[in-house]
Amino acid sequence: MKPKIIFTLSMAITLSLFTSCSAVKEYQKSRLNDAEMILANRKIERTELSFQSYREGASGANAGKSGGGCGCN
Amino acid sequence: MKKICLTVIGLYLGLLAAFSQQGPANDSSYRSRKLKIDEINLVSSYYHQDGERAAVTGGIGSQKLTDISNTLDIKLIRYDRKDRKQVWTGEVGIDNYTSASSDKIDPKTISSASYADNRVYPSFSFSRENEKKGTEFGVGVSASSEYDYFSIGLNAHVTKKTKDRMGEFNAKGQAYMDRVSLIYPVELRGSEDPNAQKRGSAARNSYSVALSWSQIVNQRLQLAFLLDLVQQDGFLSLPFNRVYTEGGAVQVEHLPSSRFKVPIGARANYFFGDKLIIRSYYRYYFDDWGLKAHTANIETAIKLNNFFSLSPFYRYYRQTEVDYYKPYREHKVGSEFFTSNPDLSAFNSHFYGAGIRLSPPGGLFGWQHFNMLELRYGHYTRSNTLQANIVSLHLRYK
Repeated sequence: MKPKIIFTLSMAITLSLFTSCSAVKEYQKSRLNDAEMILANRKIERTELSFQSYREGASGANAGKSGGGCGCN
Repeated sequence: MKKICLTVIGLYLGLLAAFSQQGPANDSSYRSRKLKIDEINLVSSYYHQDGERAAVTGGIGSQKLTDISNTLDIKLIRYDRKDRKQVWTGEVGIDNYTSASSDKIDPKTISSASYADNRVYPSFSFSRENEKKGTEFGVGVSASSEYDYFSIGLNAHVTKKTKDRMGEFNAKGQAYMDRVSLIYPVELRGSEDPNAQKRGSAARNSYSVALSWSQIVNQRLQLAFLLDLVQQDGFLSLPFNRVYTEGGAVQVEHLPSSRFKVPIGARANYFFGDKLIIRSYYRYYFDDWGLKAHTANIETAIKLNNFFSLSPFYRYYRQTEVDYYKPYREHKVGSEFFTSNPDLSAFNSHFYGAGIRLSPPGGLFGWQHFNMLELRYGHYTRSNTLQANIVSLHLRYK
């Protein structure tokens, strides 16, 4: 029951965000283009992600490696 | 160790010196046909952990481990005759690590994954972007080598932006072909344990498809949705991980030869006012070994002025155990699959710390091209005794 509620709420929030999208021109993207607004892991997080993939059972969905190459799971 | 550090620093300074006589950065209206250096990055980290649940000794014993990691990458760009942007990236990483538990595979000799070892991992990638059409494709190859593990990786990706440049779809395929050296605990070499009879090496292959959708919502908010499908086949155990049964008999870890993993994630970044950025991330993960996990991460970047920011962060992680896990001396004889690796047990963890980022307009230390320095510290604490600290440094030459 609980996961269903969480899933429904997540979908509702996501849909409301998508429907509220407003057109952003290139010259209006100064904040979105800020180096710290990047929608990915930063280079300095590389070793953190590596040790987390060794020490934890879950990995992936973070635009990095999701198996192989380091003897980890 | 000193040699490795000096080699990496020497290589980095050599590259900086070699390209420090370049002219001023290209005007954006000029598209160079010649391959030019865009940026060089050096990332160095020091990681230290300790705990009392080592997998090598069956779920008890020291987990003390230290890892010093250095990676250097160089990114080159050019524009081809059709005005498409080409990016060539080369990278090399060197880790030096010491592990107290690895030394327990065979305490008397060095014929094991040794107490101190190195991992070297070069990679190369190429991508081509058509900025007018909003498309990109790329390919890459990587390798990783350490005493008891060798890996070759291949990857390819495609990206397509929407017409209004508000959304972006990315698909990436990866394949890793790995070899695991079959090094068994000393007391099981030549034993009756059928899982410890193999010699040489075994294959482990990983194939994944990663899909993502990024969306700009407004001038301050952007989102990303991520889905990976990962299939692993082959020898997925580690041959030196001991398992003790209820009666005290010792065996080596034995896990299924196939694993299917599905991580689903989302990111949301929001820029408050002119000084504060909130970066958030959530991931739900499940696999066919029975492991389920939640990861939630939040980081704030506080811009104290135009070139200095402070970024405290917090990450929470929780997982259930795999179907084949039991702690030290709790496995019954006769199970088909078994492990006492605490990394596959049920636990939760907290990871918190802070980073600083310096990017002065005139460059660092008066050197214009040497334009960004980032320093970050994190403390990791896990509910089953493991504690770790990590310090990382990122220097960028652009």
